[in-house]
Amino acid sequence: MSNRKSERPKPPEPEGGGDMEPQLSPEIQAKIGQQLRKFYDSVVSEGVPDRLAQLLKRLDKPKDGEPN
Amino acid sequence: MLAAIPGLRAFAISLCGNADRADDLVQEALIRALANIDSFEPGTNMSAWLITILRNLYRSAYRKRRREVEDATGSYADRLRSLPDQEGHVEMAEFQTALARLPHDQREALILIGALGFSHEEVANICGCAIGTIKSRVNRARRHLVDLLAIESPDDFGPDRTMRAILTRSDRI
Repeated sequence: MSNRKSERPKPPEPEGGGDMEPQLSPEIQAKIGQQLRKFYDSVVSEGVPDRLAQLLKRLDKPKDGEPN
Repeated sequence: MLAAIPGLRAFAISLCGNADRADDLVQEALIRALANIDSFEPGTNMSAWLITILRNLYRSAYRKRRREVEDATGSYADRLRSLPDQEGHVEMAEFQTALARLPHDQREALILIGALGFSHEEVANICGCAIGTIKSRVNRARRHLVDLLAIESPDDFGPDRTMRAILTRSDRI
């Protein structure tokens, strides 16, 4: 896959990237992270819908000679 | 690669705001991945490859339909609100509603980093931009969320919204 880097001229960024902007307290960042992971976990707990599981089996084992 | 499915579904839900539409998107992305399996380099990150396919598919085919999705009765936040409030479903619904109001670029970066656990470099590759851009978007997304949810302290996370966010400037580089 081609690496589409931005072509805009940008000043060299410090290692921290967005650290030049005001940041939230670590506690609030942690709480947001917790909510995000909770969202992910709730999707995990839903399990894999059957139609997707079936497709994935084909993805893991591409058959030789199958037309693209 | 069953392990990739929750991530794909979670990302698709964050894009579509609707679980059924999200699963349609995931299914179509997997079909597309199958058709292009020869372009996948064995040993590289298949999750990132699948996410990239799904993202491109969303941007090219699904995004213009977003307005219809937002009016649909099956919105993810509404579904959460209809559940009994064990396990903080109301809090989650509030969070999802606020997430849905973020600009697309910010929400996408935040979900990929914070929910799916990709590195900044991986997300930069997925989104086709610089690592610093991703870090900026994640920062802005968090601050925007805090504004939307009117958080003052971590304890304020929830339906009671009357106070402003606390911002601390970081001097670390």
